Amino acid sequence: MTSVQRRKIEGTIALTLSTLAAFMGLFWLVFILGDVLVHGMKSLNLSLFISDPAPPGAAGGGLRNAFVGQLLITICATLVGVPMGVLGGTFLAEYARGRKIARMISILADIMVSVPSIVIGTFIYAVLVKPLGHFNGWAGSIALSIIMIPVVLRTTEDMLSLVPWTLREAAFALGAPYYKVITQVVYRGAATGILTGILLSIARVAGETAPLLFTSFNNSFFSLNMNQPISSLTVTIFQYAMGPYDSWHEQAWAAAFVITIFILIITMLGRLMIRWRYR
Amino acid sequence: MAMTLKRKNPVDLIFSSITALASVTVILFIIGIIYVLISESSLSIEKFGIVKFLFSTEWNPVKEDFGALTNIYGTVLTTVLSLLFAIPVAIGIAIFVTEIAPNFLKGPIGVAIELLAAIPSIIYGMWGLFTLSPIMSNYIEPLLKKATANIPLVSILFQGTPMGIDILTASVILSIMIIPFTASISRDSFNLTPAVVKESAYAIGATQWEVVKNVILPYSKLGVFGGVVLSLGRALGETMAVAFVLGNNHRISTSLLDAAATITVTLANEFAEADNDVYLSSLFYLALVLFVMSFITLAIAKFFLLKAERKYSR
Repeated sequence: MTSVQRRKIEGTIALTLSTLAAFMGLFWLVFILGDVLVHGMKSLNLSLFISDPAPPGAAGGGLRNAFVGQLLITICATLVGVPMGVLGGTFLAEYARGRKIARMISILADIMVSVPSIVIGTFIYAVLVKPLGHFNGWAGSIALSIIMIPVVLRTTEDMLSLVPWTLREAAFALGAPYYKVITQVVYRGAATGILTGILLSIARVAGETAPLLFTSFNNSFFSLNMNQPISSLTVTIFQYAMGPYDSWHEQAWAAAFVITIFILIITMLGRLMIRWRYR
Repeated sequence: MAMTLKRKNPVDLIFSSITALASVTVILFIIGIIYVLISESSLSIEKFGIVKFLFSTEWNPVKEDFGALTNIYGTVLTTVLSLLFAIPVAIGIAIFVTEIAPNFLKGPIGVAIELLAAIPSIIYGMWGLFTLSPIMSNYIEPLLKKATANIPLVSILFQGTPMGIDILTASVILSIMIIPFTASISRDSFNLTPAVVKESAYAIGATQWEVVKNVILPYSKLGVFGGVVLSLGRALGETMAVAFVLGNNHRISTSLLDAAATITVTLANEFAEADNDVYLSSLFYLALVLFVMSFITLAIAKFFLLKAERKYSR
């Protein structure tokens, strides 16, 4: 065998293996999504959304409390996390641009994005659950917003940095103070990017379970009271899937289906928006 | 000029202070987490010390005797195994997407990888419990057991009855979870290789694989390494994907077919039920150990990624 032949064969083998790896990645996606779709569709019905849980083991009932609770927790987390993140990102990209402090906060935020979410849960337990003496919905929201802030902050910083500096100079030349330049020129230029960051951060926290386990805990009754334990889809999935009843398993699949579809749609929307804006 | 104007405007001063405050919260959270975790675990730190806690295999709520070693062992073992499974696949995907795939396939596979990354970890965990675990215990684990039965040393890894709720299953799920993450960072690093360098290699007759092996991989190794360490940091702290299939068993076992416990799984299962102060304090201590482990790992990852960025931007 000549050396050219050997090199060609070696190349073919290596490239075939990489192709196989890529299709293995696709295979898992299809397998997991397909499984969630098939099981989820089977157990999906109207009473899932409009009735509250039946007594353990009994057939029927739904997860209305978990849907509403999840919505409440996520909305409150977004209301806290998004403004903090956007404002923080504004400081890094505008007022502190190029300074050491901006660089440091940016690096720390990057690390915070990947810090174990369960540790944030224990932190909030010590700060907001233990002193009050009971689990509560607010604690869950705050835990999620702590996860959200660094995500939104970093995307905002990146997106604001993409706005050309000359645009700001043009506004300065008209005599506008910096805050007006930011709110009326820079934010407009970066709006799509920031919105994408917000969407992706919502997708990220909507699927979080670990930080809710011992903050908002769970509640098998319908409740809107954020001062009390409140149910969430993700914690319910954990409890139901680990539980002994088949009816629980079915509802866990249905809840998994709804939450997966929700997150995938938001993620796709975010990607499409960014592609549409920055193509 | 802009600077001096900024100082004169009171609204601007207020707005800039608010933004500064919002960004400083990130630092406050980190300091707050460290402070709270240390003060909450002080009872356990006083009772067990640092070295004794880290190296004790005891985890006994009844006798109020706690050590972290079984948890650290489970965390490190599942993480290392999952990286071993994930890295070759992830780099293969990155090579495929950047070099091999025809253009009409690049987009869809890129999107698929990103979707895989967006699926929440609880879905992976639940899928692992209901779908992967039976497959593992009925087909894959008996097969591995049979295949390795006569090989000394290796057979130790597959002792015991295949139950599907074990270290191996948990590691496989964890690896599926971190593949998209590692793959997308590797892809981004590969893409930074200048076309001129690749074309020069092709011009002297290199095959496609030789360009990947001798040009792209050496050129992007800093970025890929940073990406791998980042995935390691992620895997260390992953909770829900492993909580379903690890079994929360506080034992050090050499067999991959045994149930085990990671720091995250112990926290998820026992935190809300801890009924005395030493127990709860020890759980906070575990959380502190995990936070320090993952913070250091992530900081190292960030260091390499920044170094890579600086190298390419030159």
